[in-house]
Amino acid sequence: MSANASLSYVQPALRTHGLEKEYGHGAGLVRALDAVELEVASGETLAVMGPSGCGKSTLLHLLGGLERPSAGEVWLAGRRIDQLSERALARLRRHAIGFVFQAFHLMDELTAVENVELPALLAGRSPHPARRRALELLERVGLTDRAEHLPSALSGGERQRVAIARALSNEPLVVLADEPTGNLDSAATLDVLRLLDSLRATGQTLLIVTHDARIAATADRLISMRDGTFVEQTRLTRGTTRQLGELAGLEG
Amino acid sequence: MGRVLLISRLAGRDLRRRPIEAALLLLAIMGATTTLTLGLVLHGVISKPYQSTREATAGPDVVATAAATPPRYGGWPADLAGLEAMAQAPGVIGHSGPYPVTQAKLGANGRTVTAHVEGRDIAPASIDQPKLTQGNWVRDGGVVVEAAFADALGIGAGDSITLTGLDRESGEPVASRNARSYQVVGVAVTAAIPPYPEVPCFGGFCLAEAGLVWLTRADVQSLAPKARSLSYVSNLKLADPDGAQAFVAKYDPPRQNTAAAASASGPEPPFLEPWQDISEASANLVRNQRRALLTGGWLLGVLAVASIAVLVGGRMADQIRRVGLLKAVGGTPSLVAAVLLAEYVAVALLAAAAGLAVGWLTAPLLTDPSAGLLGRAGAPPLTLSTVGLVVAVALGVAALATIVPAIRAARTSTVLALADSARPPRRTAWLIALSARLPVPLLLGMRVVARRPRRVVLATVSITVTVSGIVAALSAHAGIPDGASVLDPSRADRLNQVLLVITITLLALAAVNTIFITWATALDARHASALARALGATPQQISAGLSAAQVLPALAGAILGIAGGIALIEAVDPDPVIAPLWQLLAVVPGTVLAVAGLTAIPARLGARRPVAEILASERA
Repeated sequence: MSANASLSYVQPALRTHGLEKEYGHGAGLVRALDAVELEVASGETLAVMGPSGCGKSTLLHLLGGLERPSAGEVWLAGRRIDQLSERALARLRRHAIGFVFQAFHLMDELTAVENVELPALLAGRSPHPARRRALELLERVGLTDRAEHLPSALSGGERQRVAIARALSNEPLVVLADEPTGNLDSAATLDVLRLLDSLRATGQTLLIVTHDARIAATADRLISMRDGTFVEQTRLTRGTTRQLGELAGLEG
Repeated sequence: MGRVLLISRLAGRDLRRRPIEAALLLLAIMGATTTLTLGLVLHGVISKPYQSTREATAGPDVVATAAATPPRYGGWPADLAGLEAMAQAPGVIGHSGPYPVTQAKLGANGRTVTAHVEGRDIAPASIDQPKLTQGNWVRDGGVVVEAAFADALGIGAGDSITLTGLDRESGEPVASRNARSYQVVGVAVTAAIPPYPEVPCFGGFCLAEAGLVWLTRADVQSLAPKARSLSYVSNLKLADPDGAQAFVAKYDPPRQNTAAAASASGPEPPFLEPWQDISEASANLVRNQRRALLTGGWLLGVLAVASIAVLVGGRMADQIRRVGLLKAVGGTPSLVAAVLLAEYVAVALLAAAAGLAVGWLTAPLLTDPSAGLLGRAGAPPLTLSTVGLVVAVALGVAALATIVPAIRAARTSTVLALADSARPPRRTAWLIALSARLPVPLLLGMRVVARRPRRVVLATVSITVTVSGIVAALSAHAGIPDGASVLDPSRADRLNQVLLVITITLLALAAVNTIFITWATALDARHASALARALGATPQQISAGLSAAQVLPALAGAILGIAGGIALIEAVDPDPVIAPLWQLLAVVPGTVLAVAGLTAIPARLGARRPVAEILASERA
């Protein structure tokens, strides 16, 4: 399939048009993204792969409103978001977007459950419902018994599962995951992989930026990036998933 | 030599790398050293011009005064025989007088005040010949006014005044036949009494808020209601001027306890006053200023330490990383500590030198005793002890600032230091739990507070010290009689000036502290803030949270500061007057509003840093 070709869906959760991002000026100018066209359907899991510095994380930040594009458009659930104010973007993130980072980015001084309930509190929910929801999510990621532990007392895999639970706190429209297994060992990677797969099964829209072919294999679609542009898109089937899994050495 | 050069280079480069922080540190220490210097040297401001006045006027070593007793206490005339005997006492090598003295109401420029009027010969005296700063010496119908008194009354040579003799018994002016107009022929200074508005006493008879004027002997006698009511003053020169206090101790007899008892035994023997006491009384002119400055100096010292602790704390993460680098390339913990110490010592020494210079040059401006003593005060000499104390305080601050990072530098492993994980945030569970029930800005603010409790303590201390100083200054101001006399304005003005200078300096340093703390907090919380924004907090909520993190300790500090200020004024003032209740109550919202205003800009800047950049560059 040709680069920059878009796939049409009835109701795209995310869409970009001519998306560009540049850093620096003059001789130091770096084009991180170049005319990216993208559509992610509601309920779809999309994996973006590519070498370091190809613009994967920048794309994720632009889609989540953490950075503003140099040119182009970003649409979320039919609403253009690249021109929104910082306040409006924050509100949008609060309810529509969940982030999962490679470095977990948990608050060191908060316990697992306090980390998970934080987005709900920021959204103005009362403490009791927020705590109840956080405990439910921790149960879902298999960390009920670790709810009162600080991140420093958790393993890497457990921290990332807490981060995933936190991303789901406000039932977001889209979860954006940036190298979710980048800091994990094989066992922890498998735990996260299963968790992401279960999210996909529930119809959660997921966009995963990854180096890890095993993670990419769980997606509905795979986009390869190089030098700020999409160079290839592949629609994955179970067979393809299996093939990619085998290529990556993943059993089963 | 190579090691010293290396340390100097590393320290110098770090200071140049952060010039604003270095300048702020310099200002913080300088604020403290300047005020401390002012307080310490102010006492010397008076003593030097007193000496020059004493030399220029052939000032007496001992002033002997004898007063007539009022009729109801026996009506004894002044003990002239006693004064004559004193002039002949062993150790006395010369004298002038006795000169007659009476009391009068003085009218000038529409005001009426009390004055001691001393009768002088037209010919100059060998001892205590007042030095003219304007005009000529006394003549019949012409009055010479003591310089500080003339300054307070706003009169000079060529003006006219009226004098009305006072009956000591009633304290009321006697019949108007004694009222008379005199031309001011001169203005002069003397070392025989402390300058106005210090209370002069003649023969144990003191008149509060009275000044001194000189007339001819004949004019004084015509002013006095009766010849028997005159007091007399003699000025004695001793063979050993330094032994004046011992001379007085030897010849000044024990006094009767009551005027009635005194009246039964005859005239009161002469009162003796050594020149050292007069010099000390002259220094009383600046006693309150000195007290205020010394207290302010210590308060500013505490604030300076708080500023430095905040600055050092803010730099800690950066310094620990730098320590890691130094250690990684072979630097020993002692080298690292020496580099840190060299940085702070360089700034502290510069601040001490600047503080000494500014304090030394400013002191005379605050007390300008030129009207009452000869010549301007000029810059007093800096004593070795003053220099030593100021430098010691500055170096102490530098040492304190070095100790914590130096110890951490020695203890932190190189890998950990390079990984920038040496300062994890604290967890204050009850604050985190409490904050979950609050609106988002307060939730964020409380959690910022919970991360760095020591910084909150510093912020609280800073505000407490400032508010204590403000409350003490307000109370000291309230203790100044408002328009109670015409004598006080110059001294009250000077005290008000000192209080204003201290208050402004305290406010400036506290403002700098608040901005330091907010900025350090914003930097320290940048990862947490960026994460909160990624999770849906708006920049406004983040900035309000950072402000709230400063306002909460400010509120506590303001309340503690009111109690601290009252305790302070009661500790330093023998006759404390507390500021009005409305002023005390206004301090709390005033402080909170000021802190909210001061934190707004750094908090806003801190909340606007790009989220993706912070999250991409920092570890969780």
